[in-house]
This record gives sequence, structure tokens and C-alpha cells, in this order.
Amino acid sequence: MIRRHLPVLITLAVFVVGYLICLAQFPSFASTRVIANLLTDNAFLGIVAVGMTFVILSGGIDLSVGSVIAFTGVFLAVGIEKYDINPYLAFVLILGIAALFGAGMGFLIHAFQIPAFIVTLAGMFLARGMCFVLTTDSIPINAPAYSQITDIAFMLPGGGRLTFIALVMLLTFAAGIVLAHFTRFGANVYALGGNRTSAELMGVPVGRTTVRIYMLSSFLAALAGIVFSFYTSAGYSLAATGVELDTIAAVVIGGTLLTGGYGTIIGTLVGVLIQGLIQTYITFEGTLSSWWTKIAIGALLFAFIVLQRGLSAASGRSSRA
Amino acid sequence: MLQPGRDDLQLLQIRELTKGFPGVQALDHVDFTLQKGEIHGLLGENGAGKSTLIKVLTGVFRRDGGTIQLDGQDIAPQNPADALSLGIGTVYQEVNLLSNLSVAENLFIGRQPHLFGLVRTREMRRRASDLLAGYGLHIEVANPLGSFSVAVQQIVAIARAVDLSAKVLILDEPTASLDAQEVATLFGILNGLKQRGIGIVFVTHFLDQVYAVCDRVTILRNGRLVGSRPIVDLPRIELVSMMLGRELAAEALHREHRRAVAGEPLVAFRDYGKRRFLEPFNLEVRPGEAVGLAGLLGSGRTETAKLVFGIERADSGRAFIDGKQVRIASPRDAARLRFGFTPEDRKTEGIVAELSVRENIILALQARRGWLSPLPRRVQDEIADRFIKLLDIRTPDAEKPIGLLSGGNQQKALLARWLATEPRFLILDEPTRGIDVGAHAEIIRLIERLCEDGLALLVISSELEEIAAYSDRVIVLRDRRHVRELIGSDVSADGIMTTIAGH
Repeated sequence: MIRRHLPVLITLAVFVVGYLICLAQFPSFASTRVIANLLTDNAFLGIVAVGMTFVILSGGIDLSVGSVIAFTGVFLAVGIEKYDINPYLAFVLILGIAALFGAGMGFLIHAFQIPAFIVTLAGMFLARGMCFVLTTDSIPINAPAYSQITDIAFMLPGGGRLTFIALVMLLTFAAGIVLAHFTRFGANVYALGGNRTSAELMGVPVGRTTVRIYMLSSFLAALAGIVFSFYTSAGYSLAATGVELDTIAAVVIGGTLLTGGYGTIIGTLVGVLIQGLIQTYITFEGTLSSWWTKIAIGALLFAFIVLQRGLSAASGRSSRA
Repeated sequence: MLQPGRDDLQLLQIRELTKGFPGVQALDHVDFTLQKGEIHGLLGENGAGKSTLIKVLTGVFRRDGGTIQLDGQDIAPQNPADALSLGIGTVYQEVNLLSNLSVAENLFIGRQPHLFGLVRTREMRRRASDLLAGYGLHIEVANPLGSFSVAVQQIVAIARAVDLSAKVLILDEPTASLDAQEVATLFGILNGLKQRGIGIVFVTHFLDQVYAVCDRVTILRNGRLVGSRPIVDLPRIELVSMMLGRELAAEALHREHRRAVAGEPLVAFRDYGKRRFLEPFNLEVRPGEAVGLAGLLGSGRTETAKLVFGIERADSGRAFIDGKQVRIASPRDAARLRFGFTPEDRKTEGIVAELSVRENIILALQARRGWLSPLPRRVQDEIADRFIKLLDIRTPDAEKPIGLLSGGNQQKALLARWLATEPRFLILDEPTRGIDVGAHAEIIRLIERLCEDGLALLVISSELEEIAAYSDRVIVLRDRRHVRELIGSDVSADGIMTTIAGH
């Protein structure tokens, strides 16, 4: 039991240790304000990471999510500001478009047995290219609905504001946990990541599950894009570049095996928070370049991949003996 | 019509089943009948058609002709899932379940009990525990399947197949990686299923197990039905001869002077073995001597070669060369000691089809030199030409991709690869497999010539006539043990066959 959850426990330990280090240096880390901001600042990353966890659990990868976030922002900005579409209608539209986009990628991956890497790479270029077709400028969004939504927040004791977008992220994680661990779809995702051929022989609907996984990922990427547009109040074609890689890093640091089959949604949340923690620390520190975030995450990622390798080698040995 | 009662018992009827692949008739009008409550052994050597028959039954392959009837209904399984829904469940040697999921999930995936879309995990685990308890298995079903032994995984696979309303259960070499205790447990379960009227097709290479558990056996050879008999009426020696299909004919191949080669052994292995792989054995080969390894498929022939060449690491015993103890932990070690090995599966383990004959021949020599000191092209050409001439490899020139050559010539090029390294000890695994008859004789003459040149040879073959023809001594294996060494006049196809059958 302990062994199975070891990767998540290690992730959690890294987070706790990291937090204590921050706390020792900057006592204000204990305030609800810092914690609430940690959630708000990483809301979009968290949402998209939930989808990515499903993709990676199934043994796939989705490189298109960063571009989908940018496209969502541009679509909303252009739609709301230029064509006066009701923001709520625009949200529904973009979520639908993204879901179709993801379903299309999932279909290609399954029907033609093309590696997910290639299909989603093409998807990444396509979505990014579509941004530039709509506009090359950064368009601010001034719709009143935006300020209304960003004003929603629960005041926490100690001055922290648990914002709407942080709540959306937490709800997404809750839904993701239920979906992964308490539904047939979730079991099928794990089955696909364990061994695709065996899963097929055992009657798992491989095609349907693949389509739904990528649909979910793109849908959540669009939801992350909406959240991101609240956060920045603008749509810009070059936004969220490289977010797909940050997301993959968060998932892997969260204890999900890159080869699929093993991992948890809750681990991904901790993975996202670790990234946020490093970023916050660097902001507090003040003198370090923000690129140190990337370096620290790179080092962590490396450590976790080595750790996973070691763990799976160790469990392979023990089951053979 | 004479026995009206018997038709009720017939579960599966296969008539005139045919399946061909380009160049091979894998199944040629094969009949097979399985009764309810019967354990039916399906036997045959490599290429006999057992796996093709099973794959047609489970819908992996489409048949070319013939009929399959289950409970009197014609069936045509389209894929394994389809076969399973018709009532034909299969458990493979490599368990085809998901080791990352829990035991309970493996048993119930796709049919988990659920409420409002949510899986009722506790209910599923309770049912899984109950199901496995029926097989005498009391394990924590919430744990991942991969944390259990292969034997447990196999029982889970059987439980799953039977629970999905299997009428026919096919077990494809289920005992290959189990120990004696686990095999006994498995047989207990099979007998229980038999009582419930399930028909079981049991594929195995272990004759003892056939006699322990089967009611009836069907033997295939080269895609044809050799016979189907109740096991009580079938003496072992007859079973083996049906499997090997020996005809007393080609005595012409016999080696005239079978010398008892004297002198100190070049290589010697003492109590060499590996747990769950091969029982410890003793083996000596002297320079100029050809030692044959004979036995049925899966008896431990190839396993012996793999241990000797360091592909598998021995966990007991010692190895000596020229009386000095050595360590053989990898094929690299073996190659450094000047061992050579031509594997059984030429296509996947031997040749590199896209490379030229020349490149294939120099491969081992180059590997031993290391890639930093490439052989000069002139030397490469010289070596390639020398061996093409020496072994009479029929190729227009040394630059032709080896994949385009015939099987016999590929085999000779593989031999050349190791001869180019000037080995002292050469292991040949099935050197005449899949090559035409004319080339057989050539390979055999080549083996004899190599012996005369003082090479020590270890040759594995299922062709009893051939192995009797070129071997000075023959070691017979059964159930992964070296059971007997034949020397002198005992080295004959008949002698080998009697020893394989045992008893």
C-alpha cells in the first residue's frame, strides 16, 4: 500500500519541505494571502494539468494545450470585443470548439495508429496558427462580465482572497479525482496506459476511450484558457507558449509515470503547487531572475524521473524474486 | 447415429480446418473435437500448427476453409473479444491482463458494478474475493495484479475467462514459468473446472504433465493432424514418435567413424544452472568434438545454449576453459572467450536483413574489436570473399542485402560471422531449421568439417536423424533437465527417441 503511493508521498514531502524552507526565510508564507495567491496564480496551470494527467495515464501526450489556451484567449477577445458576442455564450462556444478539436486528435491517434506526439504536435501548430489568423495584436477584454467574475471571491481570515478562478481549479481537481478513481472511464484510462493490447483483448473500448481522453484534455485546456483570460484580461497569440511543457512537468513531478498506467490526480495538484511555490519564492527573494524557476523545475523533474526509474526497477526485481 | 448419446457431449467440433500463409500451409484439413468436461492436450513441435489453430479459434486469424461448431452452432470469431463472448476464453503463458490495475479491476473491467455512474468499489472487491475463493485463492484483491506471482496471475486470468461464461478454456503453455507446487495447484483447478463441464484445451511441452492431467491428446505436425487418442491408450514412445514424425530412412547420413574424442575438455560446466530456468547440468566439450543436444521443444535445449553463451546468467555452478575457471555473465564475456552462437530464430535474432552479406559476416569480428577501430574495407572484402567461397554461400556478390538470400545461405553467412572471429567453441541452435533439404546436407558436411579442424561444437536440433549423424555424443533433455548422455553406438535416432520418451 505504502509502496504504491510512494511517488505521491515523496511529492508531498518535497512540497512540505519546500514550504517550510520558504516559511523559515519569509514568515509571511504562513498568511492566507500568500496561499490564496498561490492557488489563483496557478489556477490555469492546474486545470490544464488535470486533463494532461488523464492523457499521460493512458500512455499518451498532449502538446497542443498551450496553443489551445492561447487560441481560447484570442477567440474570446476577438469575439467579445470585436463581434460583441455575449461572454457567456463565447465561453460555451470555445469549450465546444475545443472539445471537438480534442476529439478529432483522439480519433486520428486511434484510427490511424499515429503516435500522440505527432498528432498533438500538429494540433499545437494548428491552434497557434489559428490565433494569428484571428489577430496578431494583444486585445484587451473590457467586458463588464469579466470584472464581475474577477470580483467574486471568498474572503479568508487573514486577508486572503480565495478567487473564483482558484475555486474553478479546485473543483476541476475534485471532478478529476472522481472521474479517475470512481468511474469505468477512469479504469479504462489506467487500463490503456498499462497495456493497450491487453486492454483491447479484455474488451476495453480503446477507441472510444482514446477519443474521450483527448476531448477532455482540450476541453480543460479551453477552460484553462478562459481562466487565463480572467487572469490577464486580454487575448494574445503568443500567450502561454511552453505551457504544455510546464504541465507535463507538473504531472510527472506529481508522481505520474510518463509511460502511463500509474499516477494520481491529487499528485498532479501537489506538482502544480510545487511549481507555484518555487515561483513565489523567487518573487519574494527579489534578486533572482525568474528563469531560476525553470532551472529549479528542470532539476526537480530530472530527480523525479530518476526516482521513478529506480522505483519501477526495484518493484520489477521484487516481483520476480 | 450409432452412439446417439455422444453428440450431447460434443462441445467444439472443428472439421477440415485450413489456413495458409504465403509459402506455408499452416493448417491442412485439421479435425479437432473437444468434449464437455474434458482436458484435451494439443501437442506438436515448432511449426506444427498449434498456435495457428488456437489463433483461428480465438479470432486472431481468419480461416481459409473448414468449419468450427460450438454446441452445434457454426461460429466464426472475428477477434478475441468476440471469441470470448461466444464462450471461448484463452489464457496465455504471458498473462494478458493489466498488471497496473488491481486484481478486482482486472476481473471486472468493463462490467464493474456501478451506481449513478460511479463504480461501487467495495462491492466489486467483495465479488472478486468471492470469485477467487472458489479457486482456493485468498488474496487482497485491492492490490495491483503485478504484485502477485505469475501463478496467481494465471489463476486470476482463468477465473476471469470462466466467469465471462467460457465454455471452452484454452490454456497456451500455462505451466512454462511455474514451479512444481504451482503446477499442482493449477491442475487442481483444471480438474475442478472439468467437473463443471468446461472443455479445456491444454497446450504444453511437458509430457509428464500431459499424462498427469489430460484425458485425450491431439497431435499435429507440419500443419496436419497426426492423430487424436485417449491418453490411456497411448504409450509415451508412440506419442513422441507421433510428435517427431520419424521415418526410418535417411541412414545414409550416418557418420562413419564415431570417434570417442580423447583429450582434455576445452570447455567444461559443473553444476551449471539457473533457478526456474534450467536444472544444474554438467557439460564438457573437447576440441574436435560435436556434442548434440536433443529433446522436445521447451525441454531446455535452447536454455542450455543461453546459459553457456551468457545470454542468461547462471546462478549456480562453475564454468572452466582449459581447466581454468571463468565467468560468463554476458554474451560479451562469451565472445571474448572466443565462443560463437548462431541463434534458433535466424530472422529476428541473427541476421540484419537490410545489411549486405559482407556487413553481416564481419559484424561479430568488428564488435569484438570495438567500433573505434574499424576494419579496413580491404580486409572486410577479403574476409567476406574468403567465407563466401569457403562455405559456398550463393550470392551474386558480397554487397547484396542478406535478406534477399535463401534460408540456407543466410544460415551459412551467420556461421561465417562467427567463424570470422576464429572461435574455439561454437554453439549452433537449430542450424537446419527452415532451409531446404539440399542445404541440410551441406550444413551437416560443414559441421563435420569444422570438427575435423579442431573446433568444439555444441549443436541443438529437433532433427533426430541429423543430430545422430554428426554428433559424437548426444545429451538428451527432458523437462528442463539433462537426463542422459548417449555415447558410441547408442547415438542413433531410435536411441534418442527412446530416451526422450523416458520410462
